[in-house]
Amino acid sequence: MGGRDATMVLLDENGIRCDGRKIDEPRRIMIKAGGLKNADGSAYIEFGDNKILVGVFGPRDVHPKHMSDTDTGILRVRYHMEPFSVDERKRPAPSRREIEISKVIKEALEPAVMLEKFPRTAVDVFIEVLQADGGTRCAALTAASVALADAGIPMRDMVAAIASGKVADTVILDVNNEEDQAGQADMPIGYMPSLEKITLLQLDGVLTPEEYKKCVEVGVEGCKLVYDIQKKALNDKYFGKKGD
Amino acid sequence: MASKTILDELKRTQILELLEQGKRIDGRALDEPRELTIEINAIPKANGSAKLRLGDTEVLCGVKIQPDRPFPDMGDKGIFMCTAELLPLSHPTVETGPPQAPVIELARVVDRGIRESHMVDVSQLVIEKDKSVVGVFADIVVIDYDGNLFDACSYAATAALLTSKTPKWTMVDDKITLVDGEESPLPTTTIPVSVTMGKIGKYIVVDPNGDEWESMDARVTITSDSDGNICALQKGGSDGFTLDEIVQCGELSVRIGAQIREKLKAAQQGAQ
Repeated sequence: MGGRDATMVLLDENGIRCDGRKIDEPRRIMIKAGGLKNADGSAYIEFGDNKILVGVFGPRDVHPKHMSDTDTGILRVRYHMEPFSVDERKRPAPSRREIEISKVIKEALEPAVMLEKFPRTAVDVFIEVLQADGGTRCAALTAASVALADAGIPMRDMVAAIASGKVADTVILDVNNEEDQAGQADMPIGYMPSLEKITLLQLDGVLTPEEYKKCVEVGVEGCKLVYDIQKKALNDKYFGKKGD
Repeated sequence: MASKTILDELKRTQILELLEQGKRIDGRALDEPRELTIEINAIPKANGSAKLRLGDTEVLCGVKIQPDRPFPDMGDKGIFMCTAELLPLSHPTVETGPPQAPVIELARVVDRGIRESHMVDVSQLVIEKDKSVVGVFADIVVIDYDGNLFDACSYAATAALLTSKTPKWTMVDDKITLVDGEESPLPTTTIPVSVTMGKIGKYIVVDPNGDEWESMDARVTITSDSDGNICALQKGGSDGFTLDEIVQCGELSVRIGAQIREKLKAAQQGAQ
């Protein structure tokens, strides 16, 4: 939100954004379900220039044992960025930002996963950001939902995620890296479209109460677009052409 | 904090039964925050400080202001940073050692709320562009725990910043030199106020206390500024909100935030 690069035009007079998109147009999203041999479930997502791989293991024994819960299964999420995923090399050890994102993604997925069916076990979700370009948490959450479904873990719904935001006093869908850096607000949203529940929501940047409401609404509509792509990915893998 | 025990489950049942009658376990209205008491300048050696109680949650914030090097791409801006820590004496389950995810989230959410509101006017905190700037560090420690650390820590930091005094430095022969006896109030532009709401069953409660905190399904912390705009938000907990609930929480946070802001202003004026 620093507004550092004053020369960049985030929104031109025709309502076109810095990467050529319209205000309500998401970036290109490609999701592939499966792909990893050893993981119980996996997914790969390209969300604009983000490239993220997710592997799911479990339900399986909990180590260390004291973490296990006799009433329910537990979900563990690690969001991790590769050192080469960003412009300036990122130190490999988990940063405070990554720990926080791991926690919000875990809490966004928990309402969707029927963990109570697997007491004393853990479901581990490993998220590896191979290349980052703004909106990694949303792309990661979207892919993690597909990977959990691919692992055959019972779910109430999938969580689809996308960010809405504000640039040049205009509410937009799917904030990219430049818009995140130089824009006015960024609101990542995770949403379960069938259950109509928001499970991830964050905001930084200043919004009037009207813009706030619009941002949530635009984000929820965006999640429904993402949801269709998630379903298509699973459909392609399980009901698609042979040899895929 | 602690794992769920049978007592927690009984308490949740009781809290839900009360909510169905429109009541809360400590007798408050659903949109009523707990009593807020603020002691300004509790630590005179700090450049600003506040000891704050929100119900039985007690936190202390000290602000240190000192020369620092600017971030490489931000040579024309001072530095603002906010941290939060749970002291082992604040609750039996708190352990020493590196901070766990909930504490990291706490510190980052409190920092974000104040940072995104642009409360501290960092453009006025430059000693010499690209060389040295003024750093403002608000460090918060939790002394006693009874739920809702997000708001308690946020109010303590805000109160401490509002009453901080900035020393003056100049460059003399390329060395940072303190100008004796020249202090001015920290330049601030707005008063951010966070309001945390818990969702228990289908009910939304403002400022959950410790019992409610352990019982709630999800929470949302929304920060608004003096203009009534929303500048930061964080959802947490293992359940979701509907679109209508999120809009309702937004309105609630601006309305309750305005009440709290008056108390922070009163504390600021009382300190002068």
